[in-house]
Amino acid sequence: MNRVCNPISADLEYGTQQKRFRLRNLKEHIAEGLLLLCAFLAVLSLLIIATYIFYSGVPIFGKVGFKEIVFGMTWKPLEDMFGIFPMIAASLLATIGAVAFGATVGLMTAVFLAELAPLWLSKVIRPAIELLAGIPSVVYGFFGLIVIVPLIDKYFGGGGNSLLAAIIILGVMILPTIVSISETSLRSVPIEYKEGSLALGASQLQTIFKVSIPAARSGIAAGIILGMGRAIGETMAVILVIGNTPQLPGSLLDRARTLTSNIAIEMSYAQGLHQEALFATGVVLFVFIMILNIVLTTIFRKAGEEK
Amino acid sequence: MKNVLRNNSKTGLTVVLLVVILMGTFLFAACENTATNEETTSLSGKVMIVGSTSVQPLAEELADEFNKQHPDLRIDIQGVGSTAGVKSVNDGTCDIGTASRALKSEEESWGLTETVIAMDGIAVIVNPANKVQDLQNEDVLKIFTGEINNWKDLGGEDKEIIVVSREAGSGTRGAFEELMKLEKKEGDKTVSLVVDNALIAEGNGAVLANVAGKESAIGYMSLGMVDESKVKKANINGVEATVQNIQNQSYPIARPFLMLTKGEPTQETKAFLDFILSNEGQEVVAKDYIPVN
Repeated sequence: MNRVCNPISADLEYGTQQKRFRLRNLKEHIAEGLLLLCAFLAVLSLLIIATYIFYSGVPIFGKVGFKEIVFGMTWKPLEDMFGIFPMIAASLLATIGAVAFGATVGLMTAVFLAELAPLWLSKVIRPAIELLAGIPSVVYGFFGLIVIVPLIDKYFGGGGNSLLAAIIILGVMILPTIVSISETSLRSVPIEYKEGSLALGASQLQTIFKVSIPAARSGIAAGIILGMGRAIGETMAVILVIGNTPQLPGSLLDRARTLTSNIAIEMSYAQGLHQEALFATGVVLFVFIMILNIVLTTIFRKAGEEK
Repeated sequence: MKNVLRNNSKTGLTVVLLVVILMGTFLFAACENTATNEETTSLSGKVMIVGSTSVQPLAEELADEFNKQHPDLRIDIQGVGSTAGVKSVNDGTCDIGTASRALKSEEESWGLTETVIAMDGIAVIVNPANKVQDLQNEDVLKIFTGEINNWKDLGGEDKEIIVVSREAGSGTRGAFEELMKLEKKEGDKTVSLVVDNALIAEGNGAVLANVAGKESAIGYMSLGMVDESKVKKANINGVEATVQNIQNQSYPIARPFLMLTKGEPTQETKAFLDFILSNEGQEVVAKDYIPVN
């Protein structure tokens, strides 16, 4: 401060200061450039991945036919039958099942944590659920293979490797996402809403289900869709428990194969058309995930407008 | 002020350009580095082996033994599948490709050099709790095509048979289907006859785990990797799956383990292949598999 106020010393040091500014500017520009580069890397990766998948996966739709692939019922790649409808169905069924399970349990957990739980209990439950998110998916799969699959085999028969086993595993896997996002949005519901409801004579449960949850619905929906994204993209855990039979599952106890496990299981063996068909599977999966993302952003935007 | 700003944005651009160029140079340098590494002629380089998951354990044991003589030679072994092995040696992305089945006609036309390093049997495995242990060739065929789907038809309990198979393209599956006549020709295509609702396990280990965990399951896997504390080998036509019975050709399901090279192999690759075919190497093979000479 002193230097700037004093005209003489300011004059004297003008040159050095100029240099200092320039040096600082240079540093800032280097940092800026690096940040820009990093940002480009992400966008570039997306572009390269998308281009590569579409470049390798789209031609086969022309050669074999869009209908034959997307609605084909038989997957026998070595015999040039590339129907992936059973896998599209299995992916959707597994995801819907997992979300039905995960959203119900997850939302109830979030309500309990946000509204009802005593502090000490929420201090136990919350970290436990957060820890659940840190378990690698292959461990979930292994747990499923060793515990869930034999249990299903014992009580329902049929070997145990089934859509049901995948739904249970995926349902547990997406719990942390749904719980944490739902809880946050429940907590951000203005206290006046609840006070108003309680003041009008509503009970606590009525307030939760008629006021808090509707007020937090966009956040809850976002959590559920994020969970869906994880469920549909999950590969390793699913491979271990679902049985990987490329057939349309007729019941929850039937073996099935999802889009992701189809790619992961056969990629290392595939060549020629077979490989292209796996990329086509990737294209279909990519489209599904894009749709989910678009829905998600729309919900977030709407939530933003409401507030 | 405007001028200064413009100048600055130019410096920013130059910096970005500089970083890009630098990174590019590093990348190039790295590429050149690996190139020179491959050219070194002493036995201290690297041999890349890619291919069958069935060959992998044997290749690892052979590599360990070979490394005792040449500790500086690095042998990298990846088990990704026979088809991928054949493909990658043809592409030149590895030195040796391995396959646990005979080459297909399309692959034979690529002009690869085949070395049979061992023979392996494929064992048909069932759960230890299963009463059925003796199967005829036709029984296996009927089980895997779905014609027989209950163990009671074979003298076992009244339980639905769970067929455990491998993914399309697996060398073990290819060899099993070929040897058990589980395929038929339709025009120029070979069609697999394995029942559609078979459980698909990824790799020998997963087949083992599935059969070990389910009382009514049946599967097939590389004989050398069968863990008899967890599963039971079925006798085919009254013959037990053993090394001896494969050598005297009484056990019908056996296949070659191949190592494939393309063109003139490097000195390291050649030395490793020579070692495998030497008495020492074949002794390692004989521990779990069937030696070739």
